[in-house]
Amino acid sequence: MNALTSQKDRFVAAPVCHDIQINGQLVGLHDSGVLWWPDQSVLVVADLHLEKGSSYARRGVMLPPYDTAETLERLAAAINAFDPACVIALGDSFHDPDGSDRLPPAYRAMLATLQINRNWIWVTGNHDPVAPVRLCGETVDEITIGPLTFRHEPLPKTDRQQIAGEVCGHLHPAARVRRYGRSIRRACFATDGARLVMPAFGALTGGLNVADPAFHLVFRRRQFSAFMLGNDRLYPFTASRLIAD
Amino acid sequence: MDAAQLPDRFLTWFAERGWSPRPHQLALVDHLSNGQSTLLIAPTGAGKTLAGFLPSLLELNARGKPAPGSAGSGKLHTLYISPLKALAVDIARNLETPVRDMDLPITIETRTGDTPSHKRQRQKQRPPDILLTTPEQIALLLSDPASLDLFRTVKTVVLDELHALVTSKRGDLLALGLARLRALSPNLRTIGLSATVANPDDLRAYLVGQPGTDKRNLAELVHVSGGAEPDISILDSQERLPWSGHSSRYAMGEVFELIKAHRVTLVFVNTRSQAEAVFQELWRINVDTLPIALHHGSLDVGQRRKVEAAMASGGLRAVVATSSLDLGIDWGDIDLVINIGAPKGASRLAQRIGRANHRMDEPSKAILVPANRFEVLECQAALRASQRGDQDTPPLRKGALDVLAQHVLGLACADPLDPAAVYAEITSSETYRHLPWQTFERVLDFVATGGYALKSYDQYAKLRRGKDGLWRIAHPKIAQQYRLNVGTIVEAPMLKVRLVRSKADGRRTPVGRGGRVLGDIEEWFIEQLTAGDTFLFGGEILRFEGIRENEAYVSRAKTESPMIPSYQGGKFPLSTYLAESVRGMLANPESWRSLPEQVQEWLRLQHEKSKLPARDGLLVETFPRGNRHYMMCYPFEGRLAHQTLGMLLTKRLERLGARPMGFVANDYALSIWGLGDLSTLFSSGKICLDTLFEEDILGEDLDAWLAESFLMKRTFRYCAVIAGLIERRHPGQEKTGRQVTVSSDLIYDVLRAHEPDHILLEATWNDAAEGLLDISRLGELLARIKGRITHIGLERVSPLSVPVLLEIGKEPVYGEAMDDILADAAEDLVLEAMQ
Repeated sequence: MNALTSQKDRFVAAPVCHDIQINGQLVGLHDSGVLWWPDQSVLVVADLHLEKGSSYARRGVMLPPYDTAETLERLAAAINAFDPACVIALGDSFHDPDGSDRLPPAYRAMLATLQINRNWIWVTGNHDPVAPVRLCGETVDEITIGPLTFRHEPLPKTDRQQIAGEVCGHLHPAARVRRYGRSIRRACFATDGARLVMPAFGALTGGLNVADPAFHLVFRRRQFSAFMLGNDRLYPFTASRLIAD
Repeated sequence: MDAAQLPDRFLTWFAERGWSPRPHQLALVDHLSNGQSTLLIAPTGAGKTLAGFLPSLLELNARGKPAPGSAGSGKLHTLYISPLKALAVDIARNLETPVRDMDLPITIETRTGDTPSHKRQRQKQRPPDILLTTPEQIALLLSDPASLDLFRTVKTVVLDELHALVTSKRGDLLALGLARLRALSPNLRTIGLSATVANPDDLRAYLVGQPGTDKRNLAELVHVSGGAEPDISILDSQERLPWSGHSSRYAMGEVFELIKAHRVTLVFVNTRSQAEAVFQELWRINVDTLPIALHHGSLDVGQRRKVEAAMASGGLRAVVATSSLDLGIDWGDIDLVINIGAPKGASRLAQRIGRANHRMDEPSKAILVPANRFEVLECQAALRASQRGDQDTPPLRKGALDVLAQHVLGLACADPLDPAAVYAEITSSETYRHLPWQTFERVLDFVATGGYALKSYDQYAKLRRGKDGLWRIAHPKIAQQYRLNVGTIVEAPMLKVRLVRSKADGRRTPVGRGGRVLGDIEEWFIEQLTAGDTFLFGGEILRFEGIRENEAYVSRAKTESPMIPSYQGGKFPLSTYLAESVRGMLANPESWRSLPEQVQEWLRLQHEKSKLPARDGLLVETFPRGNRHYMMCYPFEGRLAHQTLGMLLTKRLERLGARPMGFVANDYALSIWGLGDLSTLFSSGKICLDTLFEEDILGEDLDAWLAESFLMKRTFRYCAVIAGLIERRHPGQEKTGRQVTVSSDLIYDVLRAHEPDHILLEATWNDAAEGLLDISRLGELLARIKGRITHIGLERVSPLSVPVLLEIGKEPVYGEAMDDILADAAEDLVLEAMQ
């Protein structure tokens, strides 16, 4: 685990992002699944689902107990790369309300280290509607910074005025394309320029195809783009190019 | 035993039918009365079933009538275990006849997944004398503390179709169940009923408890040889033999004439889509409207039952079937078996042919119809094997670890578990005889807490060790969970195929939600379709409309030929025995005389233009075509081994700068193509073929590929379900939202990254090495060809390569990394945008 990165390693060039505009703001989508907002030095990560393994184990399904380690290592890599002033965890950071209580001491320490010298905002989610215990950071239901609003669950698209600039998670978007007789399915960012749905970051989190009716509440049909996560880059597709599961 | 010693009512019964007890039936009675387990190998029609039950019928008859008023003695005497529940039901019916005719005081019942729960409950309290059931039901009963006493009285276990049972994980589950039964009823005798196999000793060992030393205990053997020699021939077609493909369309006119000339014909094919294509073609030319039906495992159950009933009552002239009809159910008076396509194995073919003609003294008649030129060679090899009586059934499996995990949990559900005693019991089965104690401990640890090096789940343990050293389940709920997950058959995710009206008629959404369900289809097949694609299913050409929840919506297509051909290979690769035989035939032109003239000419041309593959070596051809360079290898080791080899060679060639682009493999050969001039690279020695095919390719390269391989992930899913790590998907549960369920792919990735030697990954690897990837066979191939690789650089395509090259574009092409495909797809858009 490379959580403890020395100061000098921090001065590396910022990673390459795919720059897009959300509600007029320039933000960068990164292939690790995080959102980088350079103007505000904010890093956003959605649906960590920490302690999902132990949440299942409680019910007798012994998933590998390495999901928290894996997720935090990837998060640490992203934080070290971007060195943000503020991190927003966009809800469902823990798989269940007791998740933060179960967090083993080593990972607790790892999280604390990542929080040094920066603001940390826990947005509540349906899996973790309460503030995490024995962890630093501010807990909010949603937060608005300039033209962008960060909340876990997207609001239904009734009042577009109110929703423009919404950055959310919850849906675990994934997209599928077909090529050469094979189809490939990956987690993705989904956006129509006004709103953005973030991919789930957690190691054991599956995805929901963006063709699913759940996304009809967020975007007008086929009026959005998906940025599929690849190895070292993102692959952009317009919704009309994607297929259902 | 002399026939005359049989009780009178038995003698009368035989006599009334003009029968007399056969020597092997009496031999079984003798062995059993001496307390000896016995393997009976006999051809179809030899009265195998009666032989298996005769000892029990005699013993139960001697026991006399149970007390008046009771339904039976209340003690289970004989267990009959069959791989198919339909077979168990069928045998029960057949067995009731003699019992009724002789007025024997014996109760017979079946117990399958379809048995109503009140009857199952009653069976536990008041069991019949003879219970006919399946391996899964045995496992379920053994996990129930209340039913252990049931088994203490069992005297005999009859295992039907043993040759088929032992080749799968169900055989492992049954082996463990048998070990348990032997422990509960120490004087238990087993009877195995089997078709002819290559190694009868394996089955004999399977039937009895092993002492754990190097010496194997064997059951007695009763081998009924003879039966009339089957009359097998290869279709002497007047048509032009196709170079490639699997439809055998060229021969359908001749096949139809054969059906017309016989009473009832069984047409066997290897895959569902082949069955569909053959059925479609036969009906196209069926001007006489002969009753010809279709039968495969994906069809709606009701539909299948209808076909089976029509077959049994003699209402059909032919059935086109996949292996769903392979096993022993009596389908009436079949006088011809036609095998379309490659037989794949000599024993497999023999068992299929045994379906025709259930009278032992008349020859079964079978005709082989090769679908392409390579298959002619394979059919010829199978024909010779049949004439010699050679068998190529695989050796006995090593017991799978995921099945063991399931069994261990089942044991703990029934009774507090003593590890030392259980280990001794498990290793008394031939299948698990060589299981190391450490592995057993790891399995136990897996069942208890997941078996992770990081011991963070102790507080959630499913099994807890008491102060007495015994392990108990932590909660009764765990036994419930176990019961839902028992069994080793993990169905590929299936979607229901529902008929709706087409979107193409100008409607925006498909209508007719309540349309008829045609059957089930594999999820992976549907995934490769886009709306508007047409394919064959249930004898119709269908248009894919879309997926709604767990259903695939289709409409009737107005087209003549389906767009998606999809052969997708059979489940079985070419057997090692047949492969060797085909290589031998190719290398020896003398033997070509028995082949059709077209095939001889093809081979002669290959001899002129290139070379013939040697029996023990490997022929590698290279040639340019279009703007690509091709490399052809002819190992004849089966599709699975070739796919694995193709994947590994492509990786290696990439590293060596040969810029490979893709490959395609079939049962006989492998073709790799790319941008680099392979001819020059090989002949100049820049790439050394011996190094390319070095056995170390099975090391790091394999490892790197496995990380990404979807085959590995699929295998892992099966293991994880069987071992109980993830719960089985039950009907109706699919709708709970796919983002909530944990994908086994993600678990695989996390586990592989953090604990690569976890017991489940070991189980996955064992499965893959034997099954999907055929690594063991690939290893043998690499060892065999070492120093015997012949390279020939050609100007143009060689005759032997044509069938394989023709498959490009029809079969899935492998080798391109997923990300490259994404990049390609994304760049297409850029191009479009620039226009």
